[in-house]
Amino acid sequence: MSARRIVVTSGKGGVGKTTTTANLGAALAQRGHRVVLVDADIGLRNLDLVLGVEKRIVFDLVEVVEGRCQLRQALIKDKRFPSLAMLPAAQTRDKGAVSELQMTEVIEELAETCDYILIDCPAGIEHGFRTAIAGAREAIVVTTPEVSAIRDADRVIGKLHERGLPLRLVVNRVRPEMVKSGDMMSVDDVCEILSADLLGIVPDDEEIIDTTNRGEPIVLDAVSRLGSVYEKIARRLEGEIVPFTQFDAPGFFGRLKTFWKAG
Amino acid sequence: MMDFFKNWLKRETSSATAKERLRLVLLSDHLSLAPDVVENLRRDLIAVISRYVEVDEAHCDVSFEQQDSAVAMLANIPILKMKTPPPGGGAPRTQASPPAAPPTGMDGAAPAMTVAEPAVTVPALIHAVETAAEAPVGAGLPAPKKRRRRRRPANPNPAGGAQPGFASPAVG
Amino acid sequence: MLQHDVSGAPADSVVMPGARGLAIVVTSGKGGVGKTTTTANVGAALALRGARVALVDADVGLRNLDIVMGLESRVRHHVLDVLEERVTLDDALVRDKRLENLSLLAAAQTRDKDDVDTKKMIALVEQLRDRFDYVLIDCPAGIETGFRNAIAGAQEAIVVCTPEMSAVRDADRVVGLLGSMRARLIINRLRPSLVRRGKMLSVDDVDAILRLPLLGVIADEPGVIVTTNRGEPIALDQTNRTGATYRAIAARLSGDESVPVEIPQEPTMLGRLGALFGGRA
Repeated sequence: MSARRIVVTSGKGGVGKTTTTANLGAALAQRGHRVVLVDADIGLRNLDLVLGVEKRIVFDLVEVVEGRCQLRQALIKDKRFPSLAMLPAAQTRDKGAVSELQMTEVIEELAETCDYILIDCPAGIEHGFRTAIAGAREAIVVTTPEVSAIRDADRVIGKLHERGLPLRLVVNRVRPEMVKSGDMMSVDDVCEILSADLLGIVPDDEEIIDTTNRGEPIVLDAVSRLGSVYEKIARRLEGEIVPFTQFDAPGFFGRLKTFWKAG
Repeated sequence: MMDFFKNWLKRETSSATAKERLRLVLLSDHLSLAPDVVENLRRDLIAVISRYVEVDEAHCDVSFEQQDSAVAMLANIPILKMKTPPPGGGAPRTQASPPAAPPTGMDGAAPAMTVAEPAVTVPALIHAVETAAEAPVGAGLPAPKKRRRRRRPANPNPAGGAQPGFASPAVG
Repeated sequence: MLQHDVSGAPADSVVMPGARGLAIVVTSGKGGVGKTTTTANVGAALALRGARVALVDADVGLRNLDIVMGLESRVRHHVLDVLEERVTLDDALVRDKRLENLSLLAAAQTRDKDDVDTKKMIALVEQLRDRFDYVLIDCPAGIETGFRNAIAGAQEAIVVCTPEMSAVRDADRVVGLLGSMRARLIINRLRPSLVRRGKMLSVDDVDAILRLPLLGVIADEPGVIVTTNRGEPIALDQTNRTGATYRAIAARLSGDESVPVEIPQEPTMLGRLGALFGGRA
């Protein structure tokens, strides 16, 4: 059976596409699937940093497409997850270096030998975006409960509809206590405004910054609350019905506990 | 009006404000991204109005404008003259009233106005636009208004990129 | 609909014949680090000081400066309408709700970045410089056409960066592409407690890589989202620490060297207790 080809996009930059791609990919690999992550952000690549493989890049997507190397030579196998590999983006400025047709061909070749392809899409809705979605059959739209992010997600959803790509939403950086106090829109609000189905909710967490800095996917940390979030998203992607974690705002005593612990 | 109440009562949460602002701005964005919907609406609107009055079709203009608490449709329809009364008698109708249902129980007599094409009412048009723009109509908000403006001189054809059917571009 | 008159500056401003405004591009490379919020707030803070300020949204297709400023319902025309001569600059400029010397030129929502003619963009910025003391250009993310058009008319740059690896890497690329243009740095979303615990880059770390003069450091404040929810730039909030930081940045931009760059510290024990029970800091 051929691989699932999923593009991870958002419209707005900085909402967590790359982090989602890396962590979801790792979670799927941990569950035994063969996963390839494709960094389609030509020019400003970051997936390598998030995965911690930036020093091991030899070839990249542009060189594959130009026939200067084989696809398998460019793939970087992750040392922590045996069934996870990554195809780096090029550092060239020219987003026209890879055409939509070439991208589709690369994805098709990858699809023969893996179960999931996650394509990390650049921000925006221009040429880089169009190339990134070229080989995809479905999409994950990442957004945060913030007006600009939602507005851009709406644009991207419109473009995905034009291409007939089914999509589901990951709402990132949710702060339950702010949702409760009415200072942040809820996940339900976001899904309603965008008329989209929900795939996952990821709470705002400083652990992400740290693990991104260290280049270690958060699923590695078995006790991490966030690690289980991505594991659940992976299971929903597989088709399982998994209830959404209730991130209740900590109560009075909970807040005090955190206060002393963080000191 | 709604703003006055909002300020008078406890100030609404910022998330509720954000949600409402997004609803309006996305509706506006969708409308400006669907020039074919707007063009169909313009055509249908002109067709309906033309049943009652003769209009200067070349200078008809339909646009959407985002206002503080609603997205409004603005129509500029230059009217040339009243239409002649329909055949078979009966007074020509005024603009405001919707077409009446054909009278029942009258054997043999043709109704004063035959509805030859499917009836398209103005409320139905507005609803069609909202549905097409995929935004729910918020309860308690005023329905998009249709206004007639003073006739403006038609703008010259814009160079490249303008949506068809617009004399002046709307938002976006 | 708001009718605005852009013909005259506020009566008490100094209009020096021949003096031209300064065009500054706000850029970053990486998306989502706070360019638009920075553009809106630095612009508002400069206007608070009496300067005539124009904000230009150069993010064609994904405009957000209007919604961050709370002016989205007043936008009727956009940059491309002006560049393609369908409307005049006067028609397209939107006067701010709160400050009459602050105006916005919105981006086109339904067009493509390739539609912008660079030469015409430069001419537009020149036109704006004739009427405003500051022209702040909100740059899109990335380093291609949109970025190139945004920097085209600018004399100076503000680089916005968060203390994270990918943001710093992208900012470094951008600095390289800016060439000889004067550039200064704003570090956004610093979390002092994370820096102390070694889980976030420090100001010095970022400084060592980018080596740019520091214009300001803004601490991460969850409350900023409330201001974007409402469309009220936080620089206008006189009680708020982040607002004060933006106002200090505006002072330094205006040439006031006496305002020091404060590095946000971790709140004191007492301060944190207060925040805990009082709600927001």
